[in-house]
Amino acid sequence: MIEVQGLTKFYGTVPAIQDVNFHIHKGEVVGFLGPNGAGKSTTIRILTCYMPPTAGEARVDGLDCFQKSLEVRRRIGYLPENVPLYNEMTVRRFLRFVAQAKGVEARELPREVDRVVDVCGLERVRNRIIGNLSKGYRQRVGLAQALLNNPPVLILDEPTIGLDPTQIVEIRRLIRDLREDHTILLSSHILPEVAQICQRVLILNKGRIVATDSPDALTAQLQKSAKIALTVEGDGRQLARALETMDGILAVQLESNHHSRLILETDRSRDLRPEIARKVVEEGLGLLELKAMDLSLEDIFMQLVTEEAPVEEGAVEASETAEEGK
Amino acid sequence: MMRGFVSVYRKELYLLFASPIFYAVAFIFLVLNGYFFYSSVAYYNLLSFQAGQNPFMAGQLNLMDMVVRPLFMDICIVLLLVAPLLTMRTYADERKTGTVELLFTLPVTDGGALAAKFLGVLTVLFVLLAGTLPGMALLEYLSDLNWKAVLCGYLGLFLLGSAFMALGVFTSSLSRNQIIAAVLSFGALLLFWVISWMSSVLGPGASRIIEYLSIIRHFDTFSKGVLDSRDVIYYLLFIAFFLFVTLRQIESYRWRG
Repeated sequence: MIEVQGLTKFYGTVPAIQDVNFHIHKGEVVGFLGPNGAGKSTTIRILTCYMPPTAGEARVDGLDCFQKSLEVRRRIGYLPENVPLYNEMTVRRFLRFVAQAKGVEARELPREVDRVVDVCGLERVRNRIIGNLSKGYRQRVGLAQALLNNPPVLILDEPTIGLDPTQIVEIRRLIRDLREDHTILLSSHILPEVAQICQRVLILNKGRIVATDSPDALTAQLQKSAKIALTVEGDGRQLARALETMDGILAVQLESNHHSRLILETDRSRDLRPEIARKVVEEGLGLLELKAMDLSLEDIFMQLVTEEAPVEEGAVEASETAEEGK
Repeated sequence: MMRGFVSVYRKELYLLFASPIFYAVAFIFLVLNGYFFYSSVAYYNLLSFQAGQNPFMAGQLNLMDMVVRPLFMDICIVLLLVAPLLTMRTYADERKTGTVELLFTLPVTDGGALAAKFLGVLTVLFVLLAGTLPGMALLEYLSDLNWKAVLCGYLGLFLLGSAFMALGVFTSSLSRNQIIAAVLSFGALLLFWVISWMSSVLGPGASRIIEYLSIIRHFDTFSKGVLDSRDVIYYLLFIAFFLFVTLRQIESYRWRG
């Protein structure tokens, strides 16, 4: 349904995205992940025909976003980031405007507006001025607008940002209901959300796709290098050097501030913990902690997105505080 | 295609007439127009009394030249002041609030949206000019008005106002700040207004070009009640040119992102 090939966009001389490739099949729900400035919105804006790419091509339903712009726009319901709306209009008037612009027949207009008002739970505010609505309702009006004329493709840029937890749950439920008969691409910062809603994840970093798979497969794939956290009593520097040469250990990381904490990246095929324990004893150090770390989608994301190390520290600290909580 | 245009036009009308700017502008426009109308009619009244004792002067009295034409010129000046205020939000506001992203991703062509926006401000112009008609009706009631000449003057006013609007829509596409858009269009319009002042200093060739460019020079013939196709063409070219560069500017805005 959506094909992107070699997509590149420069703002002046600054590349926003470079050589981005992906396919989204009909009926798929795909999450688009990436840190701020990774190029998510740029990619989305090219797909929605807001701007043309510098190079490469994007197709929706087999139609080029640049050459067949109007055709593509007719097939897409788009919720832009920050939900821009005409604040002076009432919800109903605004939805009528969008419906008409999308080519809904005059006879069908009231029924179509009623439909999305119903789906998005806007009955109570339909005659209110948009400028006076709460953030949650604005978000829903944005979504309602995207659903008008029932487009086969929905592109939602950060649909739950800035909402309170109950509203987030509502919007998520709404999106989950929509996946029956729509192809959905949604960008998000919130990883559990993506893991819950999406069948597949695209991870974008520094303008390039760094991974694409289902949340589960990504976890499995990246856990090929299982991580082990190790805490010893005393100076671990000697131990680190010894472990580096050990068979099955891919990388050793020593925490910089106190030298008793190590993160080991190991081959996933076998459990190295007994051998490591022996090694620690051989080095004459006391073994305080030795445990395998499970990667959450969050860790994977961080791992893919940051080249340098500080992430793992964060992950360890997180698991530590969780344990303290117990 | 047509539906997209109609929907944007209706949206523009709603936003134009829902905004307090229109009411402020219409208020000032009509107050000033009323003042100018009253003062020129009062002056004409005074002259008529004097003409009662002076038969030679009575022959010189002419409602068209002494009331209607000066009034038209006054309306031109007020339009120069208010046109930038009516057009400044056209694109600048959409860019500032981000709704431009919505507008540009709806299945409406850039040209269609521009036409709808331009027609929106022309509708406001039409309403403002229609607001001055009661004065003319009063003149017709008290005296005898040459309606052909008056309508010709109104056509000129509408064309002149449309030219103001076209330039204003263009400057609005340049910035996301409405004040900047208004200042730019006011400055540019004033320049087009006074450009002919240079003509006496320049050589014959250059001065002819400059006089042709003058936006107000072409209104003279209309206000005299003469419909000259050259002047109509000037205004249409002016409008077409600025709408064309607006479209280019929007395209470039899209490319830059």
